[in-house]
Amino acid sequence: MTLADQGFVGYEQQHARSRWVNRIMRGVTWAFASFSIVVTVGITLILFLESILFFRKLALEGHSWTQLFTETDWTPLFEPPRFGIIAIIMGTVITSVIAMIVALPVGLLSAIFLSEYAPPGLRAVLKPMLEILAGVPTVVYGFFALLVIGPALQKIIPNGEEVVAGLNATSAGFVMGIMIIPLVASLSEDALYAVPNLLREGAYSLGATKFETIFSVVIPSALSGIVSAFILAVSRAVGETMIVALAAGQNPALNLNPLQSVMTITAFIVQVSLGDTPTGTLSFYSIFFAGFILFLMTLVLNILADWFVRKYRIVY
Amino acid sequence: MTVTLPQLEGNFRSNYEARKAWTNVFAVIAFLATIFGLFFLGLLLYDVFSQGLPYLNWKFLTTFPSRDPAEAGILSALVGSIWLMFLIPIFAFPLGIGAAIYMEEYADRDIWYNRMLEINTSNLAGVPSIIYGLLGLELYVRLFEPITKGRTLLSGALTLATLVLPVVIISTREAIRAVPREIREAAYGVGATMWQTIWYHVLPMAFPGILTGTILALARAIGETAPLITLGALTFIAFLPPWPVTTAVNEQGQVIIEKVSLGLGSFIEALQTPFTALPIQIFNWASRPQQEFHKVAAAGIIALLGLLVIMNSVAIVLRARFQQRR
Repeated sequence: MTLADQGFVGYEQQHARSRWVNRIMRGVTWAFASFSIVVTVGITLILFLESILFFRKLALEGHSWTQLFTETDWTPLFEPPRFGIIAIIMGTVITSVIAMIVALPVGLLSAIFLSEYAPPGLRAVLKPMLEILAGVPTVVYGFFALLVIGPALQKIIPNGEEVVAGLNATSAGFVMGIMIIPLVASLSEDALYAVPNLLREGAYSLGATKFETIFSVVIPSALSGIVSAFILAVSRAVGETMIVALAAGQNPALNLNPLQSVMTITAFIVQVSLGDTPTGTLSFYSIFFAGFILFLMTLVLNILADWFVRKYRIVY
Repeated sequence: MTVTLPQLEGNFRSNYEARKAWTNVFAVIAFLATIFGLFFLGLLLYDVFSQGLPYLNWKFLTTFPSRDPAEAGILSALVGSIWLMFLIPIFAFPLGIGAAIYMEEYADRDIWYNRMLEINTSNLAGVPSIIYGLLGLELYVRLFEPITKGRTLLSGALTLATLVLPVVIISTREAIRAVPREIREAAYGVGATMWQTIWYHVLPMAFPGILTGTILALARAIGETAPLITLGALTFIAFLPPWPVTTAVNEQGQVIIEKVSLGLGSFIEALQTPFTALPIQIFNWASRPQQEFHKVAAAGIIALLGLLVIMNSVAIVLRARFQQRR
């Protein structure tokens, strides 16, 4: 080699080493990224396999899987056990619906206020304050629902002591709704904020008031983002655990009265986990089966939210 | 067919005042909705502080839980939470930041595997926390039992690290994405490899963002209760992990330091100790029927909120410091 002076050879060697380091780090970061796939596969496999074991154990102990659909109580720990999964699914649905009645309108209105009405100074103060709501641990909300909202509900509703149970779906759902407000507000606000000002100005020039502009131009334009925010909010409510475990009660019977106790899927898992459940028993497998149902529910909702954004997004 | 057209002039002007008024009324409604949540946040804090403050003192922070609410302390839960606070990042941060580097810098999005990684991460972020508890119970408590020794600090930290991993990945990716393209191109221009570019230019610039995002993720993990309950973390723990010091309880019920034990052996032993954490202890006290325990729970909540406020302040301060240097 004609160019073989010492510096150049040294440079070549160093560069070759750097390229090896690059290759190795590429491999290492690839492995780290792939760990998230391992987690997903792990969750799916564990829930699926343990659910199969649940059905096998069910058959071994002489119960029929049709009991899952025919019974209305979910008491796999009692004697005789009952397996009406509908009871805890309805419990989850009731608390989630109550939470949505609070979180969706309040969250959307907050988003509208922050994005359309609030002057920049006020927005800079209110937004971080709303974020604090999302940062409070859920067990603290559970405490609040149990000791403040529950008793308050019994006072507000006439004849409350008799009509309203101490632990009820409404107080848990209401507090859950408050917890979810920031999620709805910030996701909807992102969607509203992305609507270009040209559209608003077009509406104003036609003589529309601000309110008319918001409801007939801005919201329809941002609808895909808002709907997906709503779906994610439902998914969050379905999977919420500590608030319902503390404040919604432990009533495993099918019950549609929101002022009475209900048991959600998550509250059931907590109840079983708090007791001493030996591995290999029916109740041990039942928490994985309940978890599997919960996992499927949230997965469907998350995919739906994602699909909604992709399908109906209007790109400006 | 005859069509009678309404008077245009009148129609155009007729209810303008009412429409204008409604817009203003709506603004007030929207404002009230915005402070609706804040009102309940204020009510929550007021209730917690008015109930908990009388119970919050040095003795509460330095004694073990007890059957008697007046004697109950939070030491084991506080120490458990602080342990988790240091253990979770050891697992979650390298994994999460590494994964984010791969997905932002190396990954070619035309390859299906890399697109799947992205979809997978956002889906994992939406999985309820209690499901991670079930994963931890099966994987870390049962499968890895020879290493973790069951329901111990190590299993708890691993479970929570898995839980926050997608959040760490997502926030790190955002921070990395904010680094301008030109920085990378300048580095390539003088012959740097991709890794040299990432290590010497992209990561230092993205560092404040990464730090803030990951500390906020950590704060979320510290407040999580459900996965630890599913894991079977105990609520009545009257001992501490034997590192960096071993402790004992004297006749007056005070926790005293026996001796310093900084060895690796006692560290591993500490990792394999059963534990409790602040949220579990709060849950346990709040779910008891006695009113005195609710007040103790409120005091515990103040301690937990205090820990979270400290973590968030650290995130804000660090961010400000690093941004000044640029």
